[in-house]
Amino acid sequence: MDGSIALPAGRAGAAAFPGDRLRRAAESVAIPVGALVVAMVLFGVFMALTGKNPLDVYALIYRGGFGSGFAWQNTLQRAAPLILTALCVALPAQAGLIVIGGEGALVLGGLAAAVVGHAASGASPLAAQIGMALTAMFVGGAWIALAGALRHYRGVNETISSLLLTYIAIALFNHFVEGPLRDPGSLNKPSTRPIGEALMVGHLPGMDVHWGLAYGVAFCALCYVLVHYTVLGFALRIVGGNVRAARLAGLRVGWLVLVSCFLGGSAAGLAGMVEVAAVHGSANASLIAGYGYAGILVSFIARHNPIAVVPVAVLVGGIGASGGLLQRRLDLPDATVLVLQGIAFMVILAAETLYGRLRLFQPREQRR
Amino acid sequence: MDLGWWGVPVAVLGGAIRVSTPFLFVSLGECLTEKSGRINLGLEGILVMGAMSGYGVSYLTGSPWLGVLVAGVAGLLLGLLHGTICSLPRVNDIAVGIGLMLFGTGLAFFLGKPFVQPKAPTLPAIHLGDWASSPQVQSALQVNVLFIVGVALALALAWAFRNTRWGLVVRVVGDSSEAARAMGYNVDRVRVLATAAGGFLAGIGGSFLSLYYPGSWNEGLSSGQGLMAVALVIFARWQPLYCFYAALLFGGAGALGPALQSVGITSGFYLFNAAPYVLTLAIMIATCSPRRNLAGAPGELSVTR
Repeated sequence: MDGSIALPAGRAGAAAFPGDRLRRAAESVAIPVGALVVAMVLFGVFMALTGKNPLDVYALIYRGGFGSGFAWQNTLQRAAPLILTALCVALPAQAGLIVIGGEGALVLGGLAAAVVGHAASGASPLAAQIGMALTAMFVGGAWIALAGALRHYRGVNETISSLLLTYIAIALFNHFVEGPLRDPGSLNKPSTRPIGEALMVGHLPGMDVHWGLAYGVAFCALCYVLVHYTVLGFALRIVGGNVRAARLAGLRVGWLVLVSCFLGGSAAGLAGMVEVAAVHGSANASLIAGYGYAGILVSFIARHNPIAVVPVAVLVGGIGASGGLLQRRLDLPDATVLVLQGIAFMVILAAETLYGRLRLFQPREQRR
Repeated sequence: MDLGWWGVPVAVLGGAIRVSTPFLFVSLGECLTEKSGRINLGLEGILVMGAMSGYGVSYLTGSPWLGVLVAGVAGLLLGLLHGTICSLPRVNDIAVGIGLMLFGTGLAFFLGKPFVQPKAPTLPAIHLGDWASSPQVQSALQVNVLFIVGVALALALAWAFRNTRWGLVVRVVGDSSEAARAMGYNVDRVRVLATAAGGFLAGIGGSFLSLYYPGSWNEGLSSGQGLMAVALVIFARWQPLYCFYAALLFGGAGALGPALQSVGITSGFYLFNAAPYVLTLAIMIATCSPRRNLAGAPGELSVTR
């Protein structure tokens, strides 16, 4: 190939050699998996230091998360909101934004869904569920789009503003649930009025997992198509890659930022609707369970790839599901799972430095 | 003597003095880190870790001051971790900060489980209000030594950034890494040290929470002070002295809800809780601009670009 012009190694398309595309794909799987293994070793050392046998701990995590049909159902049940809140990070990330306000969009979406569900108590379940889902998605989307708008029009850093918006959202949620929207019948746990058994979202056929999982997987598939196979997605990735180039190319950067934030927020809002309409039956403090924060972790491990979000969410959901078992069997605090997640997050972020530096995964032109 | 409605401003002032100390330490730490050109969003995790380790050590040894020191060292180690990981090429400091937030709080909750119940010796207060007859005024003017240390530190940092070799090196590294490299300074090392020192201060801020006010350790102890510090530093335009005023303002905003509640305004209690966050956001909206860098912002800082 001497004398030829070296093509820049594009993400997937411009593979000059067969196998280069595969190498890229292998790189984006091998590095996170390798980092997870390192994180597990570090967590094992930590467990050993606290006097527990790491192998026992991992065996229990496996059993609690993936060891039985019941464990799998518990895991998938937790994975459903994680998939959706991870999209709240992954979609704005395509446009180069780090949004960490999924928790706020989730609680407000859940609150909106509970209000609509109660108001629509006479309607047919399907219509009411669609109404709840759309309202929740709109509210969640608008909330995150606010962070995007502040970023674009006022130059306010979206990471900080989305987090502040989360605290404000939780305060609003508490205000409404304990004040104007409180069900007088909910005595020791303030809740909104229940949406009623008839309107609850049911379970997937053949298993004890609610439809929220299907919503999440479908949302991910749609996002994947949107990001990788549409003009809008292409434009988003240009904005994420280089804002100045995007402006020069005449792209409407502000509009694209708003769209990506709105779509991400609507995913988190839908997660709130799922939690209300499939699990709790009304909006109450159980909604503030940290799914929004765990979703950040999921999206970063998945490198903001909408399809990779699904397996990662199942993995993180499984680790979360095993927390109870660890507590009962080994007398470990419930924060054990948080420590594992924190270590995994740090190692995976540090492993970011390896991309493009491992010879095995580079296109052959660049390896010379 | 009952102050009636006058109790509100007195309580807000007292709250400002009491609640502002962790804000002050965390924002001074963040200010130092950001001056070197990096942002550490993980100060929240460091704060919680500092609160836990300070309380734990105070309980185990009986010495709250040793607790403060250990809290600082714990923060230093976490800051070192953040700084080292961020020194790897292509690693995003904001993302690592989010990771550190998760890791620090998780670790603190894990290790702090045994300390939720027991009562540890806490830091003493200095009574500056004994001249007043009103108990509200007296309690408002109870000041902790750490508050005074924090004020002195703000003055010292402001002076050091301007007049010492170290202060100038940190500022050069933060404003232009090329210039610093050309002058022969190791940019990464300066940033790691600045982040570690910032972590030390944030850890001390955390120990104030558990050892003075509110004065106990539990998992809901921090209400996001570590995160708000990031916004607070932007508000303070990266000036240590302004950090002090901003910390007072935030402390006062946080004390508004309980103060109004004590005079009978209870509706909207949760909305008053949101006051510091709304204030932060409003300040950021008012001071940021998409067209130019913020005045006073270190040139290498990623959040302002």
